[in-house]
Amino acid sequence: MSPRATHDEIARFNFLANFNKYMSNVVVSGNAVAYERRVAPRWRARHGVDPANRREIRAAMSEDPYYQMWSALRRTGMEMRQQAGRSLVLRQIQALRDRARQLNAECAATLRLDDSIAIPRYQSELDNHCMPGSYYAEYIEDDVSAAANYDAGMFATTTGLFGRYLDGAGRGAAQWLSRHRPGWRPRRILEIGCGLGHNLLPLARAYPDAEVIGVDVAAPMLRYGHARAVGMGLGHVIFQQANAEALPFADASFDFIYSAMFLHETSHAALRNILGEVRRVLASGGLQLHLEQPPYRGMSDFEQFLRDWDCHYNNEPFWSALHETRLPALLAEKGFAATAIFETEIHAVVEDEMPKVAAEVEDFGRGGLWYACGAAA
Amino acid sequence: MSELDLQKLINAAASGKRPHFFGDQDVDRLLSIVWAMASELAVTRERLDTVERLLAERALLDRAAIDAYRPDGTAAAERGQWQIEYISRLLRVLQQEVDALQRDSR
Repeated sequence: MSPRATHDEIARFNFLANFNKYMSNVVVSGNAVAYERRVAPRWRARHGVDPANRREIRAAMSEDPYYQMWSALRRTGMEMRQQAGRSLVLRQIQALRDRARQLNAECAATLRLDDSIAIPRYQSELDNHCMPGSYYAEYIEDDVSAAANYDAGMFATTTGLFGRYLDGAGRGAAQWLSRHRPGWRPRRILEIGCGLGHNLLPLARAYPDAEVIGVDVAAPMLRYGHARAVGMGLGHVIFQQANAEALPFADASFDFIYSAMFLHETSHAALRNILGEVRRVLASGGLQLHLEQPPYRGMSDFEQFLRDWDCHYNNEPFWSALHETRLPALLAEKGFAATAIFETEIHAVVEDEMPKVAAEVEDFGRGGLWYACGAAA
Repeated sequence: MSELDLQKLINAAASGKRPHFFGDQDVDRLLSIVWAMASELAVTRERLDTVERLLAERALLDRAAIDAYRPDGTAAAERGQWQIEYISRLLRVLQQEVDALQRDSR
């Protein structure tokens, strides 16, 4: 289902992937040097004390030429990644749509679109992480271009750390489940905010007898994701258009409910509604698991400041708030017993030939390592 | 859709204000252009590398023929079209700025 790329289109992504790698392996560390050597001393000279928190560090760093250059390069790199993806995808927009239609028709019953589903405000207010048109823009009927762009560009942004099929998080979750619930056979599995289902398909493979459903509000992602799944021999996986704040499922109807890098793209109110819905549809004896970026608690102010960059400059408005949210406390509010709530780490599982990330070089949310929070019902 | 309209759609900005990081916004603007050029130079270098390696593998490369080459009308037109797309890609930030001004004035 993937878009076909010419030599130069691949080369453009190669450049961006290597640029991103160089930025995170080499350039980013200069910010700490600039901070220690000249930014913090100047702040102390002016205020008599060190910057008190990540906000003051950002105010101080914003005047530093190294940080300015790093930020400007990072932002322009994000924009170029979108431009490269759109350049690749929009030229073949009809061909991609036609291929998706053909594959989707092979398993029509498992693609469940609902055009009454509105895009929630937390998505429509701002194009998420600088994707023009976000996940849901449609330029032609039955458009899949937003998803094809996401699929094609993700590899460059994550420099291979999420695996060849970008399913490292899903495979990591499946591996975690096999270790922590050996022999478990969930009958129904739900992913909320599944996008194009990168991280859902590994669960369908791990539990071939389960009914596996992914929900998302964005039709292009579902059309493309379903076609991609059909093409990979997983046409039984259901892609359903639904808002996770109002799940169209019966109470206690899923054994395993999960999300991967979804919650930080919602909002305060939506997050609470979503976790309430998860509570409602989770069956007794079931499990929920949410993979996210690590929370800020316990991190130095400087590290918080660096990780917060995306909130301010990469259209991730809920990023900071989610990093400060105590997900275990929210799950407790929803009625889960303290002993049933847990926090853990999920490591990406990727092909042998793909690069691996060491925990200490985790790249501010783009490395193959996730914080996870869950609860057993 | 014409090629230039398609290029405009490709170049569209994400919603939200574009941040600037330097004291002078012109520096941010210029950096975007310079970095796009850096990318395109890498793309060209990679393509040339592919060509050279393929030709070397097949023992087909005659370097004098490259200097002697003169494009015919079709080739010249294709090259011209490529240049237009190339320049449009480089000047994305300017298009986005005008688009935003037009949106705001509505």
